[in-house]
Amino acid sequence: MNPALSRMRLWWAIFRVSLEERLVYRGDFAFGTLMRFLPMLTQIFLWWAIFDAMAGRPAAELPGQVPVATADGPDHAGSPVAADDTVSTETVPTETVPTEPLLTETSAGSRDISEVRIKGYNLNDMIAYMLLVMLARAFSSMPGLTSGIAGSIQKGEVKKFLIQPVDMLGSLLLQRIAHKLVYYVIAFFPFALVFFLCRSYFEAGFPSPSLLAAVILSLVGAFLLGFAIEACLGLVAFWLLEVSSLAFIFMLLSFFLSGHMFPLDLMPAPLDWMIGLLPFQYLAYFPSAVALGKIQGDALVTGLIVQFVWVLVFGVLCRILWHRGLIRYGGYGG
Amino acid sequence: MVESSGGGPAAGKVSESGAATTDWVWQAGPRRYGRVFLTFVRNSLVRAMGFRTNFWLECISSSCWTLMNLFFFKIVFSYTDSIGRDTGWGENEFFVFLGTTWIITSLIQTFIMPNAQEFSELIRTGQLDFALLKPIDTQFLVSFPQIVWSNLANLALGVVLVVYAVVRLVTTSEVPLVVGPVQVGLYLFFIGCGLAILYGVMIAMAATSIWLGRNQTLYTFWFYLTNFYRQPMEIYQQGWVGWTLWGLFTFLVPILLVVNVPARILAEPLRPAVDSWTWVLAGMALTAAIVVLSGSRWVFQAALASYRSASS
Repeated sequence: MNPALSRMRLWWAIFRVSLEERLVYRGDFAFGTLMRFLPMLTQIFLWWAIFDAMAGRPAAELPGQVPVATADGPDHAGSPVAADDTVSTETVPTETVPTEPLLTETSAGSRDISEVRIKGYNLNDMIAYMLLVMLARAFSSMPGLTSGIAGSIQKGEVKKFLIQPVDMLGSLLLQRIAHKLVYYVIAFFPFALVFFLCRSYFEAGFPSPSLLAAVILSLVGAFLLGFAIEACLGLVAFWLLEVSSLAFIFMLLSFFLSGHMFPLDLMPAPLDWMIGLLPFQYLAYFPSAVALGKIQGDALVTGLIVQFVWVLVFGVLCRILWHRGLIRYGGYGG
Repeated sequence: MVESSGGGPAAGKVSESGAATTDWVWQAGPRRYGRVFLTFVRNSLVRAMGFRTNFWLECISSSCWTLMNLFFFKIVFSYTDSIGRDTGWGENEFFVFLGTTWIITSLIQTFIMPNAQEFSELIRTGQLDFALLKPIDTQFLVSFPQIVWSNLANLALGVVLVVYAVVRLVTTSEVPLVVGPVQVGLYLFFIGCGLAILYGVMIAMAATSIWLGRNQTLYTFWFYLTNFYRQPMEIYQQGWVGWTLWGLFTFLVPILLVVNVPARILAEPLRPAVDSWTWVLAGMALTAAIVVLSGSRWVFQAALASYRSASS
């Protein structure tokens, strides 16, 4: 038989088995996904309280809102660029007549909550961001991948890939794609419901086709990057055997540096550009910020290129680790 | 050290079986419970110290999560000066709140959660039979045997944060905070009330696995609870969704009182004195603690009455 054809049939078989495997607990799954949005409620109320407190004060009194970096302390004093970023209500273009907010400000001493911005994010943006991060994480998180690879190395199951004409990383990727596809089909309804209920937070409305394409591309990139990084971590087990602490450190860093907790724009001055150099932001922050329209034009194109360069880097690293690891590996017993 | 503690449980067993021959009911005083509890403490410490590196790693990892939480609020307070308009939860007041959350959460995760989880498992496997046979109160016996000491790392962090924030409030605040033994005493007392509320809710939840067969969602449920109680209650006081949540978690499942009451008493967000609303909440917290504790006792007994073991 044609080798390419047989390869395709093999991949299809792996893919189909993984699909069926995942469809077993669908009801439980959909409900669990819906429940996962529950903590969002607290987030919404917390951010509302924060923005409301900021709105209750005249702009000049607020630390983050001061146009000139004087009252702000060490965070922004050193860098005029960062201080410039924090100027929010005045510089951000809004549809309203510019004199209107000024009037309310001087007369009542407080502003409309939608005009309060933290680094360009108003309350609606912040909540929309949190929802989009959930979506991005649905693509980039790889539960059980690192521990699965490490486990099969520890228990010697890797042997099976040495004698079968199946590539381990390739078949793992196919399994993961199948699992994720099932996940999206089932999770579509809870996600759609939540996004529909929260549609008012998306001020820009539904993204345009070109933006949508960019978002989908960045989500695919997030998926591939998540897979490649976690596969690398798992393959380290060829050398360390026990990688759970390493996986934990990665989880911690990624939670913090990927923008899972809050938009990375909020990070104080020395940290923000350092985080920009790391791959973590492409797992959650980047797709979400693109969807919100915070990253546009050249920055968007550059971002996508850098994201896929990271995918390539970790993909190649995976291959190297796999080949080097196999040289070290000794499979004993039966 | 290992040898002496290895002899501990055995010695306990001898006295237990010795007591069983006499009428143990009349001897079941607080001393006896204290001794059994000390045995639990010793056993779990021996277990934890058997894997010392793991113990320290767990301490470090749970502290990292907690410190990330602190960093998040540090960033928040670089943009705003309080959480909620006119609520008084400024940075230092809120850090008292945050530290109190860590203290309470870590105590629950050290003493209660592992046991609530294990209780569900005992029911599923039918091993609860052995607990029922022991001459000691079953609820006590299933509530405290496992203590996960590494979770106390966050207790230490919480205490440090509360002390730091209180010192800041006393020394640098515009309206200086006055803290005396009374405030500290009340603070500790209402932390106790909060723990009682959470204990009651969790043990009652775990007991329902007698009816449900299996309760895998216990930790998920705990996660959602912590999500709601770790915020100042003022943030929920807007819109019908917010007020509904507020009412639900203040009256029906009174977890919003758990952290809010002690934190308000100590940090006095609306200084110069503790406002009267705080005293209303404090009264509610005390009532809730009593009601939830006795309610959980009732649920526990009712659940045990319909326990039919597992397997043969």
